[in-house]
Amino acid sequence: MSASTTFKPRRWGSWYVAEHRIRGMRSYLRTIIATSIGNPLVYLFALGVGLASLVGTPMGGVSYLTFVAPALLATAAVTVAAEESTYPMMMGFKWNPIFFAMNAAPISGKQIVNGMVIGMLARVVPTCAIYFVVMMLFGAVPSPLGFIGILSASFTGLAVGVVIMSYTSTIEEDKGQMAMIMRFGITPMFLFSGTFFPLATLPVYLQWIGWVSPLWHGTELGRVLAYGASEPAWLTLVHIVYLVALAVFGWKRTQLVVVRRLNK
Amino acid sequence: MPAPVISATGLTKKYKDFVAVGGIDFEIAPGESFGFLGPNGAGKSTTMRMVGAVSTRTSGDLSILGMDPNDRGPEIRSLLGVVPQQDNLDQELRVRDNLIVYGRYFGISRASVAKKADELLEFAQLADRAKAKVDDLSGGMKRRLTIARALINDPRILLLDEPTTGLDPQARHILWDRLFRLKEQGTTLVLTTHYMDEAEQLCDRLVVVDKGTIMAEGSPASLIREYSSREVAEVRFGSDRNATVAEQIQDVGDRIEVLPDRILIYSADGDAELAELARRGFEPITSLVRRSSLEDVFLRLTGRTLIE
Repeated sequence: MSASTTFKPRRWGSWYVAEHRIRGMRSYLRTIIATSIGNPLVYLFALGVGLASLVGTPMGGVSYLTFVAPALLATAAVTVAAEESTYPMMMGFKWNPIFFAMNAAPISGKQIVNGMVIGMLARVVPTCAIYFVVMMLFGAVPSPLGFIGILSASFTGLAVGVVIMSYTSTIEEDKGQMAMIMRFGITPMFLFSGTFFPLATLPVYLQWIGWVSPLWHGTELGRVLAYGASEPAWLTLVHIVYLVALAVFGWKRTQLVVVRRLNK
Repeated sequence: MPAPVISATGLTKKYKDFVAVGGIDFEIAPGESFGFLGPNGAGKSTTMRMVGAVSTRTSGDLSILGMDPNDRGPEIRSLLGVVPQQDNLDQELRVRDNLIVYGRYFGISRASVAKKADELLEFAQLADRAKAKVDDLSGGMKRRLTIARALINDPRILLLDEPTTGLDPQARHILWDRLFRLKEQGTTLVLTTHYMDEAEQLCDRLVVVDKGTIMAEGSPASLIREYSSREVAEVRFGSDRNATVAEQIQDVGDRIEVLPDRILIYSADGDAELAELARRGFEPITSLVRRSSLEDVFLRLTGRTLIE
């Protein structure tokens, strides 16, 4: 019998890291639960009900609530993914340098990254599922295929998360980079990704923001699933390909960075 | 001699043009307690990271438990316990959970690791702090927890990088006692230190390293015998006079070293040398006679003191 079949850490190492990460989340479990239930309630009520009463006119044949809900779902996924891919990475290398401890045990740099991504998904997927349930309660999901939106939103979160990780894993010194990611990355993306109004209503010179924004692609995908928003099939394919490409790029690059940084 | 658990030949690590470890050779026998003694920046930690199979060597050969870390890194690491220079416990987890999470990395089942964690908390004298937050532990307790964590997989070799740096004397002695027990149980200990008393306490054999090369090798006693005298008389004449006095007493003792704050006279009989100084009319401000230590060996070999 060869060593690789009997040696458990080679096979399960990524899951051990995820297990560790999820244990660490227990220390802020209450915040996690409160925000994952509170957020959809507050946002759907304020925008889907409150703002909707001002907007009035249906968007592409559906109510404003139905239009805005998939965007909010994707945004929630991206926000949680961003949280899990900024500070936890900086912690692992610097403030609470457990990555070095994991690597001194049989865990490889790649497995550390995989485990962090699994840990991130362990927060993103339930957040999306809860969000989706609240959307249902608001009557914001006409299509029976709407539940697949949980997956598309989670995947959008994953794609954004690993791209952020590929940067945060390189940070040696915290000079406010992570606050900058939120302020000048996530927030503008939230505002200009066709979240509150169709991208086409933006001036042409601003529409590129939507095109490069993974959140826009994730949101549009969610709209197709939630209420069958009409768009050409090739565009739906572009959303998927773009998100997959980002996810693969971010994941691989993070692995490269982490492996290199641990091997000093 | 039984087959070595670690053997290195021409082990080298370069960072661009900087040579951190410059082609060193050593072998460590099973159950041996082996030390790297040297000042900060001597290449000790880099060597430890290569031996710990986390840092890839630039050249040379390295075998840990019969395996090459370039091919079998994770397998080697599963048989090692590592106590790094800086504690890297998870501060988000409680004391006992730190051990449990770490044990899982070796593929140990949850049930076995829980049992092992309790044993190790006893060993590390931390049983009453099992539920404490890591942040609330003292420096010595954190160190003991890190050592307990390193033992979770019953390692064949325990690597300790500066195990007691930054600890107060009492905490150091508790730690030495724990390490001594491990040594008695037959665990191979490999440690780095820049404290000569630590090396003398814990090491059967050691190498003196400086600027990435090995200057000497042997047991603490043999190194002292070979490179120093039995006793040392330390005399102070004031920092402005030490150098001039030293020139006048060159022939006293076996050998003389002048440090900025004192003169060291190496001799088999320190008191006799002090008497000789008095006879010649030299009156030091303070004087003392002590046994030679590894510090003197290091000074002899490198012309520098260990802690600068």
